[in-house]
Amino acid sequence: MTETRIDKRFAALNQEGRAALVTFVSAGDPDLETARRILSGLPEAGADIIELGMPFSDPMADGPAIQASSLRALKSGQTMKKTLELVADFRKQDADTPIVLMGYYNPIYVYPAESFLDDAKAAGVDGLIVVDVPPEADEELCLPAIQRGLNFIRLATPTTDEHRLPAVLANTSGFVYYVSITGITGAAAPVVDEVHAQVARIKASTKLPVAVGFGVRTGEQAKALAKGADAVVVGSALVTAIAQSLDDKGGATDGTVPAVLNLVRDLSAALRN
Amino acid sequence: MMKKRTERFAWSVAGNRLPIAGTGSVNRDGRHDQQGAYTNDMATTNQPNKLNSYVTGPDERGHFGLFGGRFVAETLMPLILELENAYNAAKADPAFAEELTYLMTYYGGRPSPLYFAERLTEHLRGVAGGDKGAKIYFKRDELNHTGSHKINNCLGQILLAKRMGKTRIIAETGAGQHGVAVATVCARFGLPCEVYMGKTDVERQKPNVVRMHMLGAKVNPVTSGAGTLKDAMNEALRDWVTNVHDTYYIIGTAAGPHPYPAMVRDFQSIIGREVREQMMAAEGRLPDTLVACIGGGSNAIGLFHPFLDDEGVKIYGVEAGGYGLEVSNGHAASMNGGRPGVLHGNRTYLLQDGDGQILEGHSISAGLDYPGVGPEHSWLKDTGRVKYVSVTDKEALDAFQLCTRLEGIIPALEPSHALAHVAKLAPTLPQNDLLVMNMCGRGDKDVFTVAGHLGMDI
Repeated sequence: MTETRIDKRFAALNQEGRAALVTFVSAGDPDLETARRILSGLPEAGADIIELGMPFSDPMADGPAIQASSLRALKSGQTMKKTLELVADFRKQDADTPIVLMGYYNPIYVYPAESFLDDAKAAGVDGLIVVDVPPEADEELCLPAIQRGLNFIRLATPTTDEHRLPAVLANTSGFVYYVSITGITGAAAPVVDEVHAQVARIKASTKLPVAVGFGVRTGEQAKALAKGADAVVVGSALVTAIAQSLDDKGGATDGTVPAVLNLVRDLSAALRN
Repeated sequence: MMKKRTERFAWSVAGNRLPIAGTGSVNRDGRHDQQGAYTNDMATTNQPNKLNSYVTGPDERGHFGLFGGRFVAETLMPLILELENAYNAAKADPAFAEELTYLMTYYGGRPSPLYFAERLTEHLRGVAGGDKGAKIYFKRDELNHTGSHKINNCLGQILLAKRMGKTRIIAETGAGQHGVAVATVCARFGLPCEVYMGKTDVERQKPNVVRMHMLGAKVNPVTSGAGTLKDAMNEALRDWVTNVHDTYYIIGTAAGPHPYPAMVRDFQSIIGREVREQMMAAEGRLPDTLVACIGGGSNAIGLFHPFLDDEGVKIYGVEAGGYGLEVSNGHAASMNGGRPGVLHGNRTYLLQDGDGQILEGHSISAGLDYPGVGPEHSWLKDTGRVKYVSVTDKEALDAFQLCTRLEGIIPALEPSHALAHVAKLAPTLPQNDLLVMNMCGRGDKDVFTVAGHLGMDI
């Protein structure tokens, strides 16, 4: 597989000697135009890699914050086509910041999958995280994605023991996403020492960068978790900032875009200190 | 007419023709190809060649042709693989079969009778006129302990949970029949139990909520989505992923990630195996026609599976047509009104919009109000072995009343759908056609809902 934007970004950050900040927001949350402005401002605010959620009606691995984010986007009329257009528009202004689409399989499956991969690649997507497609089903989506030069990023979890880890790592590229808790997104805060041990264990088995996520809310937490890891993912905290900025009817306000970008600035500053 | 309920129920592994580890002589070579096993060409068609057998699935990765599989988050994968190993070990262990047989017999009340519904048969012969009108039997799984077929599966899975050393049980429920059965076996085995139930269903199935509370279960109302079975399943999966170390998830229907669809089917197939024996005893031959309702499809696959290779047996699954299939998002008929997709761990027919977002669907029956269906049913639909039809809320209500008045049996709203199809089908069949309908649940839980629809003052 040729070098992707994700590979290049991690190589550059490695030179700088700091961990990447990976930010998650849902495409179309709270509406397409506001989401476009958030996305557009993320690199300048300090996001090194952008995870963009593909909204789904039944986000089984997500906690209340991202569930609500997904539903806000769907309610405002978000579709997979609009999500890919959002990425294509972003690429016109930014040729370097990697974009990873994250979500669930069904909207991809019915797109259908092969066309989705073609369109995603054409739009400028760099990687995919599809929560409910395990390595056992690699031939469905992971291998065709790799064939098109898209990174397929897998989650490793506290339940991924030494028997399971090789299967998880086998076709993973770009980076490995270590889920720091057993649970849903935005749930309990991870125990830093345990995460460090687990990340070390994974890094002993792969040369790929390892990102840590699930339950990271503050700059302080991010900084603590970043030790020994290559990236920290923040999602629920950002979409919660969106939720708190909305008006009574759930519409975006003047405060919505700054609420997200200011939090990203804080997180980024913490990782750079 | 009926055999006395003296014979002991036997949960026979050998008799079940289980699919794993080459337990039969059927069609060993090329079996997976014939099932249309998934290949890397992202096939969207599922048209296998004519099959020598319909009972060999799933394959080792849990596929029934295109359908089934294991689409879950990585946190759950090790546990699902452990569950599969534990289930395979249990199937091979005579002690497991013995304990399950004992519980099914003396706790669950098996075998359930096969009852000749004489008055309904006569009534529908009157409707038919001439020499038409099938001879109708009810398989009376509503007489089981807890009032439905759900206990069959729960007894099997609670024994498995114990073998695996799990100390906490969770479940989802729609109508509450599965929730009650889970709460019951948890009380019996002294395990803490939490049941996820959509808020809408909590309201329309109050009697079962009260029963679960009395049995010591914690009922968690789920407010996301439309607050029905789909949302309850999402929430149960979120609990499982959080408490994976000590928790066993008793899925109530023949759906979800492999091995659940096959395992639940195996535990429910006692229904069909008993029907075979009981019909032989009553009539000296196998039935001609089988009818069962389909939500996720556990009672139906339990009745159908032991007959799939009996070519002469016509099989009908009845989906919930709600307000009618023509009403967008107004029904729960995923096979007649949906298309293949991936949800809750398996690929199967789903109610969804053009962008792959899952629809809520609608049915008067909480137990059928689910936008998916077990993957084996999806496969049986595509192979043509089973014919899937639908009936509306209104037809089910009419059948509910017909059965109550003619037979003195108050059916649950779920099998009332099967009854409604029987009322259409039986008058078209000859009088010597032996028809079996699975009376999979009793209607005590539904009397308030039905009274409301009928405008009765209670």
